[in-house]
Amino acid sequence: MTDIYPTAAAPAPARKRLLPQMPWYVALGMGWIGTMILVALLSELITPFSFTAMDLKYRLVGPFQTLTHPLGTDELGRDVLSRLIVSIRVSLLIAFGATIISAVLGTTLGFLAAHFRGLVEQAVLMLADFQAALPFLILALSVLAFFGNSLPLLIGLMGLYGWERYARIARGLAISASAQGYATAITQLGAQPTRVYLRHILPNIASTLIVSMTLVFPEVILLESGLSFLGLGVQPPMTSLGNMVGYGREYITRAAWIMLAPSTVIVLTTLAVSLVGDWLRDKLDPTLG
Amino acid sequence: MSALLTLDTVAREYVTRKGLLGHRRVVRAVDGVSLQVMPGETLGIVGESGSGKSTMGRMALGLERPDEGSVSFDGAPMPLLGSAAWRGLRKRMQMVFQDPLAALDRRWTVLDQIIEPLTIHGIPGDARAAGLEALAAVGLSRDHGARYPHELSGGQRQRVIIARALITNPDLLVCDEPVSALDVSIQAQVVNLLIDLQKTRGLAMMFISHDLRVVRQISSRVAVMYLGRIVEEGPAAQVFHDPQHPYSRALVSAAPTPGPRRIEQVILTGEPPNPAARPSGCAFHPRCPVATARCRTEVPALVPAGPGRRAACHLIEPAAKVAA
Repeated sequence: MTDIYPTAAAPAPARKRLLPQMPWYVALGMGWIGTMILVALLSELITPFSFTAMDLKYRLVGPFQTLTHPLGTDELGRDVLSRLIVSIRVSLLIAFGATIISAVLGTTLGFLAAHFRGLVEQAVLMLADFQAALPFLILALSVLAFFGNSLPLLIGLMGLYGWERYARIARGLAISASAQGYATAITQLGAQPTRVYLRHILPNIASTLIVSMTLVFPEVILLESGLSFLGLGVQPPMTSLGNMVGYGREYITRAAWIMLAPSTVIVLTTLAVSLVGDWLRDKLDPTLG
Repeated sequence: MSALLTLDTVAREYVTRKGLLGHRRVVRAVDGVSLQVMPGETLGIVGESGSGKSTMGRMALGLERPDEGSVSFDGAPMPLLGSAAWRGLRKRMQMVFQDPLAALDRRWTVLDQIIEPLTIHGIPGDARAAGLEALAAVGLSRDHGARYPHELSGGQRQRVIIARALITNPDLLVCDEPVSALDVSIQAQVVNLLIDLQKTRGLAMMFISHDLRVVRQISSRVAVMYLGRIVEEGPAAQVFHDPQHPYSRALVSAAPTPGPRRIEQVILTGEPPNPAARPSGCAFHPRCPVATARCRTEVPALVPAGPGRRAACHLIEPAAKVAA
């Protein structure tokens, strides 16, 4: 009866998971993100000046006027390019750290809710509702006002941003996965719940979570910028993209380049992350293309 | 020979609530069923939708806890769902699902999924070789193993499920409507495969289906269920040849058979059974062509009706007593 199937079946189509053809805008986005990460990693080597070094003779020099300060200088004669490079490092650290923290926290809570149901689920959902209902800026302001300010605290605080989305998504998808059958089937094979959740359900819902991460990532950058702009984020002399925008606003009419440079980086980075994330979602799904 | 699986007057209730403030309704999906599965035999369970056959299969595997009665496997009571003992028992009892695509993880290759039980239970040895052997046993090639579930046909997917279920050499296989989602031409292949595997490995099977042709082909014994109760049970050949309960008679007569009809066709009237509104007395009496006043008030017990057979009908009790 088995000879009905041709055993010399066509070889499985070559899996083109990695390095597939990508649209030009995704390639550009990837290139941009790669450059940003490289800049962040190598920031100490490639900054022409110390980002705090003042050069009072050259204050408010415009960009592209001298070779020593290609992006110009700010009101204290500090090199904008050097400050930008250090800012990219700090902002990326905060954004990546916070995005990962909130993804892990939210997904874990979502899975716990889906697995235990009942009281645990109610508690998680209530926390998620609470988080969604409370303007995050107010929470951030109060925490920073009471506990002072430090980079780890700021990253941890940002890590609370957006976790409720992951929690809701993870919970909903895990519940539907359990109802769908493969989770039940694996459980019925005798697998531990951790195996079911981490090896099976997580990869299956990862695409949705990744898209959600790429949505949260730009928001974290913007939130950090907002907080720094308000003077509650990264404190001087440390600098970050938002911090640069915030302090540059006083010179927006006379020396717009001080804030235009970090603003451009914020816009391009958030755009690149969104484009790549959207493309990644499709590529991570073996049933598509 | 002692039974491999024993269900002792098991019952399972579900509580439903209609609307926000609707009152609780208790649905007895399975109502006091006793069954045994001997090692190496195939017990077919037939019945229409809502007759509780799937619930019974789930209880047999310990996936659901009976509200009343008990389930024991190989002489020991079924451990609690999710406990370490329950998980360990999985390598001795496996399940084949109705929808093979849903039961497979679409992100894993077929071979990886087939050998997953070996990893789960920490069974030593060359898992890959065992997986390829299992693939061959269900009639799939090596190439199929490297594919993803969505790249296989329905019949091939069901073979994968069977290969995965059998890789730990279980003693009991519960098949819950394993072929009803498949094309008729593929159904026969999968059923033949199950029959072959069962013969060569001597595993016991509980084969749940609403398809009488398939059940007749595969089962050594059948139990006919109606609204959560067994109405007739006995050797497959006899039950299909000479059904005693009016419901089994109607079922058997409704199944198409080649050649001249042996049994006069009984066409049931009335509504299909609703487990939420179980009729009094014999649950089948509103649709029974031969119901009497007694059927409306008194629940018939499942009593011996011939050698190795049991039936639950007031009208065949006298005959049974004569036979006994």
